[in-house]
Amino acid sequence: MVWRILVGVVVLIAGAFGAFYAWAWRGEIPSLGNHDASSFDPSIVAKGAQLAAIASCDVCHTKPGGKVYAGGYPVKTPFGIIYGPNITPDRETGIGSWSAAAFLRAMREGVTRNGQHLYPAFPYDHFTYATDSDINAIYAFLMTREPVRQANRAPDIAFPLNFRLFAAAWKLLYLHRGPYRNEADEADSWARGAYLTESLGHCGACHTPRNRFGAEEKNRAFDGGRAEGWRAPALNENSRARAPWTADAMFNYLRFGYDSVHGRAAGPMADVVRNLAKASEKDVRAIATYVTSLSGARASAATTASIEATVAAGRTLTAPPYGISRAHQTTGSAGHDSLGAKIFTGACVTCHHNGGGLPISRPIDLALSTPVNEDDPTNLLHIVLSGIHPQSGQAGPIMPGFEGALTDAQIVALVDYLRARFTRKPQWHDVAGALVKIRQERRTAAMEAPR
Amino acid sequence: MTILTVNGKEHNVGGDPNTPLLYVLRNDLRLNGAKFGCGLGQCGACTVLVDHQPVYSCLLPVSVLEGRQITTLEGLGKNGKPGPLQQAFIEEQAAQCGYCIPGMIMRAQGLLDHNPSPSEADIRAYMQPNLCRCGTHMRILRAIRRAAKELRTVRAEPVR
Amino acid sequence: MNAPVDMRVTRRLVLATGGAVAVSFALFPKSFAQDASGTAGKPPGDLAKFPMLDSWIAIDAHGAINVFTGKAELGQGIKTALIQCAAEELDVDPASIALITADTERTPNEKYTAGSHSMQDSGTAILNAAAQVRAILIEIAAKRLNVPPEQLHTKGGSVVANDGRKIAYKDLVGGQELHRTAQPKSPLKDPKDYRVIGKPLARVDIPGKLTGKPSYVQDLRFDRMLHARVVRPPSYGAKLAAVDIAAAERLPGVVKVVRDGSFLAVATQSEFQAITAMNALADTAKWTETAQLPKQTDIYAFLKKLPSQDTTILDRGNPNEAGVRAVRATYHRPYQIHGSIGPSCAIAKYEAKKLTVWTHSQGVYPLRDSLAAMMKMPAEQVHCIHVEGSGCYGHNAADDAAGDAALIARAVPGRPVRVQWMREQEHGWEPFGPAMVSDAYGAVDASGKIVAWQYDVWSNTHSMRPGGPGNLLAAQYLARPFAPDAPKPIPQPEGGGDRNAIPLYSVPNIRVVSHFIPQVPLRVSALRSLGAYHNVFAVESLMDELAAAANTDPIQFRLRHIDDPRARDVIIKAAQEFGWKPNERLARGHGRGFAFARYKNLAAYCAIALELTVEHETGDIRLRRVVAAVDSGQVVNPDGIRNQIEGAIVQSASWTILEHVTFNTREITSRDWSSYPILRFSNLPASVEVHVIDRPGQPFLGTGEAGQGPMAAAIANGVAHATGVRIRALPLSPANLKAAIGI
Repeated sequence: MVWRILVGVVVLIAGAFGAFYAWAWRGEIPSLGNHDASSFDPSIVAKGAQLAAIASCDVCHTKPGGKVYAGGYPVKTPFGIIYGPNITPDRETGIGSWSAAAFLRAMREGVTRNGQHLYPAFPYDHFTYATDSDINAIYAFLMTREPVRQANRAPDIAFPLNFRLFAAAWKLLYLHRGPYRNEADEADSWARGAYLTESLGHCGACHTPRNRFGAEEKNRAFDGGRAEGWRAPALNENSRARAPWTADAMFNYLRFGYDSVHGRAAGPMADVVRNLAKASEKDVRAIATYVTSLSGARASAATTASIEATVAAGRTLTAPPYGISRAHQTTGSAGHDSLGAKIFTGACVTCHHNGGGLPISRPIDLALSTPVNEDDPTNLLHIVLSGIHPQSGQAGPIMPGFEGALTDAQIVALVDYLRARFTRKPQWHDVAGALVKIRQERRTAAMEAPR
Repeated sequence: MTILTVNGKEHNVGGDPNTPLLYVLRNDLRLNGAKFGCGLGQCGACTVLVDHQPVYSCLLPVSVLEGRQITTLEGLGKNGKPGPLQQAFIEEQAAQCGYCIPGMIMRAQGLLDHNPSPSEADIRAYMQPNLCRCGTHMRILRAIRRAAKELRTVRAEPVR
Repeated sequence: MNAPVDMRVTRRLVLATGGAVAVSFALFPKSFAQDASGTAGKPPGDLAKFPMLDSWIAIDAHGAINVFTGKAELGQGIKTALIQCAAEELDVDPASIALITADTERTPNEKYTAGSHSMQDSGTAILNAAAQVRAILIEIAAKRLNVPPEQLHTKGGSVVANDGRKIAYKDLVGGQELHRTAQPKSPLKDPKDYRVIGKPLARVDIPGKLTGKPSYVQDLRFDRMLHARVVRPPSYGAKLAAVDIAAAERLPGVVKVVRDGSFLAVATQSEFQAITAMNALADTAKWTETAQLPKQTDIYAFLKKLPSQDTTILDRGNPNEAGVRAVRATYHRPYQIHGSIGPSCAIAKYEAKKLTVWTHSQGVYPLRDSLAAMMKMPAEQVHCIHVEGSGCYGHNAADDAAGDAALIARAVPGRPVRVQWMREQEHGWEPFGPAMVSDAYGAVDASGKIVAWQYDVWSNTHSMRPGGPGNLLAAQYLARPFAPDAPKPIPQPEGGGDRNAIPLYSVPNIRVVSHFIPQVPLRVSALRSLGAYHNVFAVESLMDELAAAANTDPIQFRLRHIDDPRARDVIIKAAQEFGWKPNERLARGHGRGFAFARYKNLAAYCAIALELTVEHETGDIRLRRVVAAVDSGQVVNPDGIRNQIEGAIVQSASWTILEHVTFNTREITSRDWSSYPILRFSNLPASVEVHVIDRPGQPFLGTGEAGQGPMAAAIANGVAHATGVRIRALPLSPANLKAAIGI
C-alpha cells in the first residue's frame, strides 16, 4: 500500500513536472536566411531607433568601452551576474539569424530563437506589453546595425539557479503576457506615456521594489527600488522630492538630464537620460506626463507659486556661509563648528554655495536635492564617494568623488551635516552602516575606473 | 592650529582650518608641486597623495587631514635626485609647459602604489581625471610605463 | 624675496645701435643659409633690429656666459633650443650658458613670442651673434698670442692655438670687446661639424618643474606679498551698480578692497582669504548688464552679415572655370579657448612711482607700453619681467592679469600683489580664438587636375594683444575706461584670418578673398596658429573632396598639384611611414585621413596621416594611429620638434572633436571644464609617431603651430572616409557626427 502511494506520488510529481516541462518547452524558430539591411523601411528603422532609446537597449547590451549593442555588460542580480548578449545582426554571435517572429517571441516571452528561456534580468515582463508594430520597429532598427562578431559570455549564476527551467518557473508566476491592454491613443499624452512607461520604458524595473524572487511587487508599483546599489526613488506619492514634480520639470529631467529645481540625473539614471535625449520629444513628454501623474495629489496640487515657495524655503537653508550671514546658525551636527560643517566649508562650498556670484555650472540647492531628502543615505553616499562624471568629452557637471580623500568617519559627519542643515527631516540612523555596505559592494565590483 | 604630516614631517599650520590643503602646501609650507588649476576638482593639477590615495588638494580642508600621511611631488624626490617616476618623466621628456605634470606624477604614483603592473588600458582609465593642454599625453603614458617597468625591475632584484 | 628669477646680471644693456668698431671677417668666407635670411647689408633674424652683439651675448670676468633673448619660454622648449644655438657657435658646454629671457630692462625688444617666430628671429640672431663673438674672441687671442687667427680654434670655452697654448674666454674680455655692431655675414660653422645643434638635448627646465622647484609666476613668493582676486562682471560690459565693500572689508585678512568704476578687486593676507572675500563681494555685487550677444545657433550667418573689409589676396586667371566636376562647400569653425591648465597670474609691485610686474605675457615690451598708458606712467618707470606660466597657446589672459595686478598694487604701495585668476574667469574672459566661415569652390578637368579655385574667408581679428591700454581687460572697466584698439587685420604673407588661405597647390585659375570683420561680438585674439587652423581644415578638406571628384587617391591628387620638393618629401614621408595604400578600402566604420600644410606658407612643412574609427551608434571618433612628417629646416633639437608636433596632434584633436565656446544672448556659458570639456586620456589616439626630416644648413622654420591645421583636416578626411559623410563644421563632436551620419 505504502509502495502504491509512493508510486502514485512519484507519478504525480513526474506528471506535474512533465506538464510544466511541456508548458515551458519552446521550440526553435528556423534561422533567417541572409537578410538585407536595405530591405527595411527607413521610416520604420527611424521609429525603432527612438523606441530602442526609450528602452535603453544599449545600456545592458554594451560592455564598457565596447561596440554598441555587441553585448557583454555585466547585469548584477541577487542571483548572480548576467551578461547582456550581443544584439547586433551578426549571424554567429548576435541576432543576425533571428526572424521577426523570433524577436517578437523573445520580447514577449523571454525565449531565444532556439527556445532557451532567458533570465528576467531582460525585462520581458515589461517588453511583453509592447505592440507588435513597436517591437517590429526595434527589430528593424537592430537588424540594420553594424554586425559585430563578439561571442556572448555565459552568466555567472550559481547552481541550481543556472538551470534555465527556473526562468520558466519564474515566468509561470510573474510574467503576464502582453501586449498592453489599453492600447494607447497616440493623441492622448497620458495614455501614450502610460503605455511607454509600462512597456518599453520598463521604469518599474528599477523604481518598483522586488520580492525575494526578483519580481516586481505590483501592489507597491513605483514605490522606489534598487539599481546597481543605488536607490531608485519612489515615483508615486511616496516620492521624497523636496519640491513636487511637474510634467515640465520631469520632461527637462528626462530629456536634458537636468532640471533647475530637481537637479541632475546621476548613477544608473544618467544612462537613461542619455538615451532619452535621442527619443522622440513627444514620447518623452508623454512619459513625463504619466510619471508625474503617479505622484497623485502632490503633483496635481503643484503650482508655480508653491514650487517657488519651496525653492525659497530651501534658499534660507543654503545662505552663503562666508561670515556675512550667520542667521541660520544651529547646533549639533548642523552647527557651524561641527566636523561636517568644516568639511562642507572646505570641500563643498566652492560649488555648492547659493550666492550665485560665480558663474560656474552650479548644482541645485542642496535643500532641494532628492538624495538629501530620501529615506536612506544610499544615493547621497554614492555621490559623495564617486562624484558625478559626464561621459568623456561631453559637457556636464563634474563632481569629484571623495572616496580616499575623506575617512569613513568624516564622510558620515558630512552626510549627517547635509541632512541636518538642508532638511527639516529626522537624522538618518546608521549612516556608518550604510557606508560600510556600499564600500563592500564597491570592493566586490571590478576596480572602479573613473570615467 | 592644525598638525599636518607632509612628506613624513610634521608641520604646525595656523590660520583658518577650513583652508583647502592646496593653499597651505603652497603658501605656508612653500611646496610648489601641487598647482592651482581649477579649484573645482575638474583638472587634477593639485593632486597629492593622502594615505597613498590621489586626492584633489584644492577641495580638502586641512582640518580633516590631521593624522594622515600627505605626500606631495617634493616627497618623491629632489631636483638632482629625482624619484623613479620623476626620473621616468625626465627620460621621456614628458613635459611641455609642465604645469599639469606634478599632478600627473602624483596620480601615477597613486596608480603604481596599488597596481605595479598596470595595463595600457588601466593607465589610461586611471589618468582620466587629469587634464593636460599641451598635448603631452602620449609621453606621459610612456613615462608611466617606463616607471612601472623600472620599479618592477628594482623590486625583482634580490636585496643585497 | 624668494624668486627663481636670475638677478645676477644687473647692468643696463645698451640696446641702441651704436657706432662701435666694425670688424672684418674676411677670414671666414664660407656662409650658410642661417645668415641668408637677412636682407642685403643687414645681419639676419632679429640681429638686424638689435645689431649690438652684447645685446645678445655677454661674457663676464668669471667666465659666466649670459645669452639674452627677447623671446619667452612658453613650454615650447625655446630656452633649450636657443642655448643649443649659442653653445654650438661659441663652442662651449650648453650647461655653461645662462639664458636670460624677455625682460624690459635686460633683453632686446623682440616684441611677442608668437607665430612660431622664435627660432627664425631669435634663434637666428643668437646663432649669428655667437659666431661673430667667437670670431672676435679668436681675433683678440690672435693678437695676444701673436699668431695668425687661422692657427687658432675654439674648444670648451677657450681659444686654443695649434701649439697647445690656450686662453679662456673670460680672460679675453674685460671691457667693451663685445660692444660691437654685428656684421651682415657671420662666420658660421659648417652644419656637418655641429656637435650640439641637431642633437636631442634634454630640456633645461624639465627637472626643476618635475621636482617642485619654483618654475612659474604662480610659484613666486615675495616677502610681505598680498594675495588678490578680481571680481569680474557676469557678462561683457556689465556695470557695477552697487556692492557692499564695508562688509567685505570686515572679513578676516582683508587689506584693501579696490574699486575703480566697474573694476572690483580685493587684496588680503592669505590666498584663501582672497577667495573668500572675492566670493563675498560677488554675492553682494549688483550689476547692470548690457551685453547683446548674437545667438549661438546663428553665429556664422551673423558674422557674415557684418560689414567687412575685403582684400583679394590672390587673383589669377578665371576662377569661375567649370571643369568637368566641381565642388562647392562652406566650412565653419567655432569660438575656442586657449584653456591654459593654470589660470593666468601676475605679481606687481608699485613703489616710488615705479611699477614692476612679473608676468607670463608673450610680449613684455608691448605689455609695458599698455600698462604705462593705463597707469598714466612713463614707460621707463614700468618694468616687465617674463616668468613662465602655464602654457598659453596664444594670447590668453596673461596680460589682463598683469593689468589687474598693476591696478591693485597701486592701491597698496610697497607691497607685492599676486593676482591669480580663477578657472571660471579664465574660461569666461580670456580672448577666444575667433569663429570663422569660408566658402570654397573648386573644379577639376577631365585629366583630374584642378582648373579653378575660389576661396572666401570671413573672420574677426586674430590679434588684440597689448599695445593700447584698452586691450587690457581691466582698463575697459575703469571709471574712466579705455576703449580697445581698433581691430586690424594681419597682412599677408603671414596673414591673420587669412593665414594659409592661399593653397600651396598649383592652380591655374584662382581667387582668394579675405573678408576682415572689424566688429567683434565676442572678445577674441590670437589662438595658436590663428586662421591657419580653420583655413587648412577647409583647404585640405576641399582637396579631398576634389580628389574624390577626380576619382583619385587623395595623396596622389596632392602630389599632382605640388612642385615644392620639400613639400613633396613630407607628404611622401608621412604616407610611407603610415603605409598608405592608394585607394584602399577599409572595413565599415574605419577610415584613414591625410592632410598637409606648410604653416603660413613659409614656415615648417607638416603632413599627417591617420587611421580612425567612427562608432556609428554614438558618433564617437576613436583615433587609432597617427603618423606625421615634419620639415623644420635645420633641426636644432629633434626631440623638441617631435614634442611640439605630438602636442599639436593631441591639442588639435581636442579642438577638432570636442571644443566650442557656448553663449546665450547675454553671457558666455562655458565657464569651466564641465561646460567646456577638452580631451582626456580616454580620447587619445592609440599611437602617435613623428618623423623629422632634417635639412642641415637650411633656415630654421617655425614649428610650434605647424600641426594644428593638418590634424583637423586629417580627422575630417578620416571621418569622411569612414562614414561616407563629409562634415564641414567643427567640432566633429559625437552629437554633430551622429546627426550627420543619421540612423
